[in-house]
Amino acid sequence: MKKVLSLSFCLALASVFSILPACKKASQSGAAEDSLVVWHWMSDREDAFNNLAKKYGEQKGMKVRFELYAPSEAYMQKVRAAAQTNTLPEIYGVLGESRDFASFVNAGHVENLTPAMSENNNQWMNRFFQKALVNNQFPEGNSYNVPAGIYGVPLDVTNIQMLYNKDLFKQAGLDPERPPQTWDEFLKIGPALKKAGIPGFVSGWGELWMIDCLASNLAFNLMGEEKVLKTLKGEVPYTDPEWKRLFKLFEEFRDSGLPAAGLVTMVNKTAEQNFSSGRAAMAFNGSWCVNVYAGMNPNLNYGAFLPPAVSDKNPRVIWGGAGSSFVVNARAAQKDKAVAFLKWLSDKDQQVALAKETRNLPSTPDAIGEIPAVLGQFADDMELTTHPSRFPVSEASSVVETFNKGIQSILIGEKTAEQVSNEVQKVKEIEMKSAQK
Amino acid sequence: MKLSFRDQFTNSLFALPAALLFAVFSIYPFYKVFQLSLYQWDGISTAMRFVGFANFWDILTRNAAWWISFKNAIYITFLALTVQNALALLLAWAVDREIRAGNIYRVIFFIPPILSGIVVGLIWNWIFEGNYGLLNHALTSMGLGGWTRAWLADPKTALYSVATIHMWKGFGWGFIILLAGLQNIPRELYESARVDGAGEWHVFRKITVPLMVPVFVLVSILTILGTMQIFDLIISTTGGGPGYNTEVPMTRMVALMLGSGRLGYACAMSVIFGILLLLFSLVQMRLGKWLDKD
Amino acid sequence: MDVARLKRVLSKSSRSTLVHGVLILVSISCVFPLVWMFVSALKTQETIFSNMSLIPASPHWENFALAWTKGKFGIFFFNSLFYTFCTVVGVLLISSLAAYASSRLPFPGRKILFMLLLATMMIPVPGAFIALYVLLVKLNLVNTRLGYILPQINGQLALGVFLLKTFFDKLPRELEDAARVDGCNKLQVYYHVALPLAKPAIAVLAIFTTLAVWNEYLLAMLVLSDRNLMPLQRGLMVFQGAHITQYPLLMAGMTISVIPIVVIYIIMQRHIISGITAGALKM
Repeated sequence: MKKVLSLSFCLALASVFSILPACKKASQSGAAEDSLVVWHWMSDREDAFNNLAKKYGEQKGMKVRFELYAPSEAYMQKVRAAAQTNTLPEIYGVLGESRDFASFVNAGHVENLTPAMSENNNQWMNRFFQKALVNNQFPEGNSYNVPAGIYGVPLDVTNIQMLYNKDLFKQAGLDPERPPQTWDEFLKIGPALKKAGIPGFVSGWGELWMIDCLASNLAFNLMGEEKVLKTLKGEVPYTDPEWKRLFKLFEEFRDSGLPAAGLVTMVNKTAEQNFSSGRAAMAFNGSWCVNVYAGMNPNLNYGAFLPPAVSDKNPRVIWGGAGSSFVVNARAAQKDKAVAFLKWLSDKDQQVALAKETRNLPSTPDAIGEIPAVLGQFADDMELTTHPSRFPVSEASSVVETFNKGIQSILIGEKTAEQVSNEVQKVKEIEMKSAQK
Repeated sequence: MKLSFRDQFTNSLFALPAALLFAVFSIYPFYKVFQLSLYQWDGISTAMRFVGFANFWDILTRNAAWWISFKNAIYITFLALTVQNALALLLAWAVDREIRAGNIYRVIFFIPPILSGIVVGLIWNWIFEGNYGLLNHALTSMGLGGWTRAWLADPKTALYSVATIHMWKGFGWGFIILLAGLQNIPRELYESARVDGAGEWHVFRKITVPLMVPVFVLVSILTILGTMQIFDLIISTTGGGPGYNTEVPMTRMVALMLGSGRLGYACAMSVIFGILLLLFSLVQMRLGKWLDKD
Repeated sequence: MDVARLKRVLSKSSRSTLVHGVLILVSISCVFPLVWMFVSALKTQETIFSNMSLIPASPHWENFALAWTKGKFGIFFFNSLFYTFCTVVGVLLISSLAAYASSRLPFPGRKILFMLLLATMMIPVPGAFIALYVLLVKLNLVNTRLGYILPQINGQLALGVFLLKTFFDKLPRELEDAARVDGCNKLQVYYHVALPLAKPAIAVLAIFTTLAVWNEYLLAMLVLSDRNLMPLQRGLMVFQGAHITQYPLLMAGMTISVIPIVVIYIIMQRHIISGITAGALKM
């Protein structure tokens, strides 16, 4: 033991000396004259990014370094900490809700890209899917007091829909080419699947936002956009009959026997494992799933459909927009060069390369070439998408949480629709009171 | 006995490196946490609004979810203190007696703490799964089909299921500390007691337990700390659901900090949480001292 | 429960079978996930969840090589070894000195220091992260090895002091007194007498610290930006995309990453054996 200790001590001394030189060459993340640094969290695109960086270096003689910080929670902390010390790189991505995005803009960390986007008759802007810019944009008179403009460059687009396993549908005696269109048709599938012994519906509803997503899709369809927004503003209570009807839908959903066991605490990755291995007949998932399922079960025979209609008064909408985006650091000395790089990144060649490597939907229509049929279905429905960040008002996070957790409780029979609607309204009133202060 | 100044000086030199490191890397961040707890701040914007103790007041009086999460954590902690530590002690005691044959067990029992949270999450999610899970499968084959359920999604079992995984993952820590403690007990004491004709249980109660009290206190405090700050496991199994059934303080703090952009409020939570934990630990230590004197 | 009667009912041998039964049962539950992880590393993305059998039909041994190269483990692996070694040595040295002082060598403020240390274990980090980063930027330690090591030593300090103090407190003072009579100074007594006696506790602390540092990644992401300074966990992140997890490669990577810990553990756990040898004390 003594020997071990003295040996370790010597080694420790040696290592301290070996560290010291490293301290001297410590550099802040801000890069040198002719190079750009990009921070991102997208592990699965690391190789694609590095290839593009190399290509850019060869074409324009500018060095670009992509630095990966994952998982996204770690990335969020890193970006926030760097913002406090003004050590953000030239290009990075803001993860979080539009409220966080707005804070970054207001704190002067994000460059307004509208001038660059609208140069030469909106040349850059027009290249994107219109919906891809939606969650990178703050409209005139937004509730966060951000000057109107476009602040981010989308890399890809995504939207969230229903999926069904055609083989399991056939097995249960259902028409594999006709997924349910209305809520009643949807509910009727429950008993059919149950009879065949097939678990029904999976999704990542342990991660609350995916519940919120379906619920808000249904709400838009049920009462229309205007009324939903009025509710967010506090002009319509969550105890309104139509909101009660919305919560009731989840009671019906529960009673139909559709939810697979464990749905309410399921992580989306588990839901994906279950659906791709034929252990569930339906799923609610984003367009990225095409890629995930292809990896886990290339023979999976499935299709996508819009969330079933609960009313014919209003159009059906789904959540969608840019999947991931980059912003330019407004404080960076080289921000013009950063803008130039992002412009280059949204050129067709680069978008095609990214889409090919990652099999995501590209953010520019001209890059949509040969993609799988199901992914095509997702692409076609981009026009139906909406996104909370597009709304002029936003709901307080405590209300959203009560809302989503309430639906979890309905699904496990812990609470009734009536109870949840009252609880949500109670929290909403508290939030409105404290906002007045 | 009064110490000379020289003695006091040389004595404090021993603690100097620790004190220095601590002063730089702990005091400042903790001072910051306390300071931020008095502000309304999202962690990003340049504007911070001083709100005094409003965050604390809100947590203490109005935040029901926070107290539910606290209660859940206490529940799991109570189970860990009793079941997990009893298991750890039993195993440590068994291995301590036959230290030769025990070697392989000593390696095996420390596997769960070594495993990555991802593997633990995958395995236990599969065991507790509702349709194809291992546990349900076993119950059905034993003719207990009526007991099957989605263990992690059922409000009646979710918290217990999470607690089970946590205790399984954690007993190795207690095991190894307790084993070290048992090994520090001079063998002669056992031998002389056995010569006097004392039985196994008698030796354990009269010799082992009294000498182990400080180690028990240590293990208890570490268990309290480790369990009250449970986080990764919850995220990879239930995400705090269904409803608020498996929410714990750490999930609340992170949800507020990263999810709702209320960093100041989250800091106030961690201050309250820290104070409560410190109180628990002090009670534990007092209790230990009192038992030790007995 | 009437223990005396229970004792009579169970003969000594049957009791020992009972104990062994429990030991074996617990062992199986511990070994299984390890085996599963290893076996999963030999499967493909398609078979890993659809086929739960523990004997893969066609083992894909190349997954290990693939994980090593795709995760660029080479440099990360070395970095992790380096960080772990430095932190373990630092923690053992600094916390054993402090623990010895707080157990044996009175100095003003010793109770307060101990309480403060203990308090830092209680307050969880969420809010402290930004503050720590600001501090490291001020100290010019961002993106340096030292900036990654020092906070980690500090992070284990409280546990170390607490654990070692508990064991130092239990040591008989007679041996140290004898050494002092023989003319050893305080440092020599600590080094030649107290440390060797507390060997089991030191081994435990070394194991705990190794495990903590080896699995650390949040701080690494915060402090480091140069890829060449990143630890092993950074390599594993590559397999866990926001949407796609490459499970077989992840399992292969994790199997590789778990080996050093197991080795260190097997070496260190041997020291968790009677520190106080026969005749060392008179009681």
